[in-house]
Amino acid sequence: MSAENPITQPAVEAAVNEALAVISAATDLASLKAARQTTVGEQSAIAKLNAQMKSVPNEFKAEAGALIGKARGALNEAFATKEAEFWAVEQAAKLAAEAVDVTAAPEPARIGARHPLSLLQDTIADVFVGMGWEIEEGPEVESEWFNFDALNFDADHPARAMQDTFFVDPVESHLVLRTHTSPVQVRSMLTREVPIYVLCPGRVFRTDELDATHTPVFHQVEGLAVDKGLTMADLRGTLEHFARIMFGPDAQIRLRPSFFPFTEPSAELDVWHPGAKGGARWVEWGGCGMVNPNVLKAAGIDPEVYSGFAFGMGIERTLMFRNDVRDMHDMVESDVRFSEQFGVSI
Amino acid sequence: MRVPLSWLAEYVDVPGDATPESVMAELVKVGLEEEGSHGFGVTGPLVVGEVLEFVEEPQTNGKTIRWCQIRVAASGQKAADGGDDVRGIVCGASNFEVGDKVVVCLPGAVLPGDFKIAARSTYGHTSDGMLASGRELNLSDDHSGIIRLHELGLDPKIGTDAVELLQLSEQAAEVNVTPDRGYCFSIRGIAREYAHATGGEFRDPIGNAHPESTSGFNLKIEDQSPIRGRQGCHRFVLRSVKGVDTKRPTPPWMVARLKLAGMRSISLIVDITNYVMLEMGQPLHAYDADKLQGGITVRRAKTGETIKTLDGQERKLHPEDLVIADDAGAIGIAGVMGGERTEVSDTTVNVMIEAANFDPISIARSARRHKLPSEASKRYERGVDNNVSEFAAARVVQLLEVQALGTSEPFGADFREHHEATPIWLPANFASELVGVDYSTDEIVSILNQIGCVVATVDGGFEVIAPSWRPDLTHKTDLVEEVARIGGYDRIPSRLPVAPPGRGLNAKQKRRRAVVNALACSGHVEVLTYPFVSALQNQIFAATQIATVKLANPLQGDADEMRVSIMPGLIEAAKRNLARGLTDLAIFEEGSVFLPSGTVGANPELPVGNARPSEVQLDELNATVPAQPHHVAGLFAGNRIAQQVGVKSIESGYTDALHAVRVLAKSVGVEVAFQQAAPVGFHPGRTAEVMVQINGAKTIVGVAGELDPTLATNHDLPRRIGAFEINLEQLFAAAPDVIQAGLLLTMPAATQDLSLVVPVDLAAAKLLDVIREGAGELLERVALVDDYRGSNVAEGHKSLTFALRFRAADRTLTQVEASAARDAAVELANQRFGATLRA
Repeated sequence: MSAENPITQPAVEAAVNEALAVISAATDLASLKAARQTTVGEQSAIAKLNAQMKSVPNEFKAEAGALIGKARGALNEAFATKEAEFWAVEQAAKLAAEAVDVTAAPEPARIGARHPLSLLQDTIADVFVGMGWEIEEGPEVESEWFNFDALNFDADHPARAMQDTFFVDPVESHLVLRTHTSPVQVRSMLTREVPIYVLCPGRVFRTDELDATHTPVFHQVEGLAVDKGLTMADLRGTLEHFARIMFGPDAQIRLRPSFFPFTEPSAELDVWHPGAKGGARWVEWGGCGMVNPNVLKAAGIDPEVYSGFAFGMGIERTLMFRNDVRDMHDMVESDVRFSEQFGVSI
Repeated sequence: MRVPLSWLAEYVDVPGDATPESVMAELVKVGLEEEGSHGFGVTGPLVVGEVLEFVEEPQTNGKTIRWCQIRVAASGQKAADGGDDVRGIVCGASNFEVGDKVVVCLPGAVLPGDFKIAARSTYGHTSDGMLASGRELNLSDDHSGIIRLHELGLDPKIGTDAVELLQLSEQAAEVNVTPDRGYCFSIRGIAREYAHATGGEFRDPIGNAHPESTSGFNLKIEDQSPIRGRQGCHRFVLRSVKGVDTKRPTPPWMVARLKLAGMRSISLIVDITNYVMLEMGQPLHAYDADKLQGGITVRRAKTGETIKTLDGQERKLHPEDLVIADDAGAIGIAGVMGGERTEVSDTTVNVMIEAANFDPISIARSARRHKLPSEASKRYERGVDNNVSEFAAARVVQLLEVQALGTSEPFGADFREHHEATPIWLPANFASELVGVDYSTDEIVSILNQIGCVVATVDGGFEVIAPSWRPDLTHKTDLVEEVARIGGYDRIPSRLPVAPPGRGLNAKQKRRRAVVNALACSGHVEVLTYPFVSALQNQIFAATQIATVKLANPLQGDADEMRVSIMPGLIEAAKRNLARGLTDLAIFEEGSVFLPSGTVGANPELPVGNARPSEVQLDELNATVPAQPHHVAGLFAGNRIAQQVGVKSIESGYTDALHAVRVLAKSVGVEVAFQQAAPVGFHPGRTAEVMVQINGAKTIVGVAGELDPTLATNHDLPRRIGAFEINLEQLFAAAPDVIQAGLLLTMPAATQDLSLVVPVDLAAAKLLDVIREGAGELLERVALVDDYRGSNVAEGHKSLTFALRFRAADRTLTQVEASAARDAAVELANQRFGATLRA
C-alpha cells in the first residue's frame, strides 16, 4: 500500500488562508516584504507542505503539484495587489512631498530680445524676398558722388542743402554720412544686370537734433525696380502689396505729387492704416516715383530702353505708427525694457 | 510759403467759407504739402476808443501808470461788450495824449497766447479793459507804447470794430514748397496752383501792373567770369520814383498781410517791396536815389572788395560774388542783400527800384558763402520768372504813388539777356507709358496749356515750350509729371510687377540674422546706439593711435568721430540702464564700425552726375570710402541669475562673454577657441582672444572677457563687466557654406575620469588638446570637470579633473581598451607638460 498523501486540499487551503491573513495584515511595503518571508519563504506553511512532495505517492503527485501551484498563484496575486496598493500610496506621498509653488519658480536663464527696428527691417526684407527681390547694402560713410551727384542732386541745387548732411572732415574728401539709402540703389545699378529688383535697408544720418519725432541716426528702407515697361502703376501695385502685408488686407495707399531730385514724376506716399491707434486713418509713410533718367544714365542704363521706380520710407516712422511707439527717445536710448517688449517678433 | 486767404482770393476763386485747412486740402492735391495755419489769435470785443483824460500816478515800484478815461462808444450808447460808453482803464504806456484814438480790448476779448481780458483790480483801480500795443495784437514787435491810430493814418469813429479795422481776423495757410517750384514762393504761383486744383479761374496779378518804358539810367551788365558758363544777370529793371513821403505809415491791411506771410513791417518803402515780392515772386530792392553815385554796374566782386550790408555787417566779397555797384563800389550782393550806403531811410525822398533776375547757382553760392539765406536768395536759387520783373517794378511804383505820394518818372533802365526758349520734345505716348494711365492727346495738350506751356502738336508727339516761371521743366519726364499731377495721381491704376526669380538673402545677410537671433534667443537683449563717439572713446580699446573718420559738422562737438568699436556705445547704454535702475544687463549690438586704412582726406575729382563713370573712376571713388566691417559686441553687468526662491544670485562676468561668443559663432557653424590675452581696455587676467580657423590658419576675430575694472569704474559701472566684440566679416570667413554631417557611433560608450597635476599657469585648453591627441580616436568627448588646488597638491600646481567618454565604431569597448587610451593620454601629457596622475 502506498503511504498517505500529506498535501490535501484542506491542508493547502489552511496554509493559504493563514498566509492571506498575514498578507492582509501588512500595512506598508516594508511589512509586506516581511510578510512575504513568513507566507512564502522557506519556513512558510506552504513551503513546508511543498517540501513533503517527495513523500507524496506518485499517483497523487500531479494533483498535489496542481494544488501547490494554484496556492502559490493565489498568494502571488494577493501580494501583487497589495504591493500595487502600497506603491500607489507611497508614490502619492512622494509626489505630495515634491510639490512646489510653480508660481514661485526660479528662472534658470535670461530671456533675450531683438531691437524692434532691426526686427522690422528683417520683416520688410522678407516681404520683398518673397516677391523675388534681393537685399542690397552699402557703406554708411559714403562718397558724395553716390549720395548726391549720381542721384541728380546738382552741387549748387537747393535740394542738396535740403538734406542736412553730416560731412566728413576734411570736406575735400567728398565723404558724407549717407543721408538716405539711395546710394545703395546706385551701387546696385552699377553692379547688377537689368532687370533689377532690389530692396536697400539700412542706417542713415541727418543733422537733426534728437526729439520726440527726430533722430540724427535713423533707418530707411528703399526699393528699386528697373526693367522694361515699368510704370507708376507698377509702383502703386508694389506699394499696395507691401502695405497690405504690413498693415493688413484693408490697407490702401495714396500718392500725392511731390519732388525728389532722383525721381520724376515724384510722389509722397500715404498709407491707410486700418489698425491705427485711435481709429483707421491716412498716415504719411514715405516718398516714391519713377527713377529720373539722369540717375539711370549715371548708372549706365539707357533711359530710352528701361524705366524704373523707387520708393523709400523710414523704419522709425513705420514702427511709430505700426506699433504705437510714441517717442523717438525710446528707440535710441538702449533701454532694455524697450526691446524686451518685442522678444524676437514684431 | 504762407498765404493769407484774402490775398489768395484776389487772384483765384476761393469759396467764401474757405479756411486755411480747406485751402491746404486743395493745394496738397497738386503737390503743395500742408504745413499749418496761422492767424492773429485775437478775438473781440476790440474797439476804437478815444482818450478823454488821464491822471499820472507814480507807484511805489518806480513805475508811473496812467489812470485813463476812455470813450468806447458814442455818448449814451452801449459799448461792444454791452457795458458803459466810457471806461476807466489803467495803462502802463505813456506815448499817448488826450484825444488820441486807440485800440481798446474790452472785457471778453482774447489776445494771442489765450490772454483773456477782464475787468480787474490793479494799482488801486478797477481797470475795465486794456489799451493794446502792436505786440499785444501780434501785429508787430513794438511794445514801446500803445497803438495810436492816427500814426497808422487812421481816424475811425469811436466804437469801430478794431478786429476788422486792423484785419486781425485774417488767416493764412502755410504750404511746403519743394525746391523745383520756385514760382510757388508767391501768391501768384499759389493762386495758379489753387486754380489747377479746383478748376477755379486764375487772375494773374501782373494784369494789375502797367509797366511803362523807361530809359536814361546808366546801367552796365558786365559779367567777366560767369559760373559754369552762365551769365550772372538775366534781367535788370530800374524804375525811378521821386518825392516819396517816408513818414507815411504802412496801411494796416498791408501790415496784416505781411505779418501773416511771416514778415515784419519795417517802413513803408521796404514794406511795399516785400509786399510785391510776396505777391509776384520777384525780389525787389529800393535804393535811396540820392545816395547813388553815378550809374549802376552788375559785375563780379573785385579781389579784396568789401561791402557793409543792410544788417550792418562789413563783409569781404569773393571774386565769384555777383555784386551791384555804383561808381563808388558795391552797393549790394546781387540777389542776397543790399548795402547800407544806399539804403532807404526816413529822410529818403527819391527812390530807385530794382527788379532783377540772376543766375540761381551764382546766388546760391553767394548766399551760402556769406551765410545769408534771405527771402530774395531763396527765390533766386529756385528760379524767378524772367518775364515778371517789369510788372513787379511797375506794381511797386504804383503802390509808392498811392501810399507814399511819390511821382513816377520815365527815368530808368531795362536790361534783358537774349534768351531763346528751346522746345521740349514729348513723344505722344510717353506720358501714358511712364504713368500707366491712358492719356488722350487732347488731355495732354489741355493740361500743358493749363500750366502755361505753349504746345505744338506735330507728327508723333508735341513740341512744348515751358512758361517763363517754370525753369524746372527741361525734360520730357518733367512734362509727364505735370500731366500726371494735374490729371490726378488717383487715376494711376495698380499692377504688381513680377520680378525674376530671386536668390533670397545672401550668405552674409543670413549669417548676420543667425547671429543676432542666436544671441536674442539665448538671453541677450539687442540695443542700437549712435555711432558717434569722442576721440577719447575711440582710443579706449586701441593699443596705438589709430586712424578714425572725423566729422566736419558733428551735432555734439565732443562726439565728432565715427566709432571704431561698438563697445563705447554699449558702455554708455549700460550707464543709462543702470541709472534707470536696470542693473542686471546682457546687451548686445550688431552694426558697422569705421576703419579707414590711413588718413581720410583723399581729394577725389567727382565725376559728373548724369553719365556712368569709368571703371577706373569708380575704383578711385570706392578707394576713398573707408572700410566699414560689421561687428557684434556684448556687455554684461550685474547678475546673470538674480537671487530667487531656492537659488543664490550668480554674478555675470567673463564666462557670459565667452559663452555668448560660442553661441554666436556656433550659429554660423564656427567653433571658436580661446587663448589668454590682455588687450588694452580689458582685464589683463580675465580676457581671451577669440580664434577661428580660416583656411587652416588660426585667425583672431575678436576678444571676450571682462573690461578693465578701472575703466568700468571710471564709467560709473560696477567693477565686474563682461564684454566681447567680434569682427563678423572675419568670423564669417571661417563659416562653412555647407555643414557636413559626421557619422553618429551607436555602440556602447565607456567613461573614465582623469585627474592630472600640472603647474597652475598651464592653460586647461592645452591639456585638453594633449588629452585628445594622446587618447586617439577612441576618445569621443573630454570635458574639464574640476580644478583643485590645496592639500595633497604641490605648491604652484593644480589638479585638473577631466571626464572622458570613449566609444568604438564597431564594438562594445572594454574598460581595458578605454584605460589603455587614457594611459596614452596621461603619458603624452607627462611628456609635454610634466603632468602627473593625481595620487
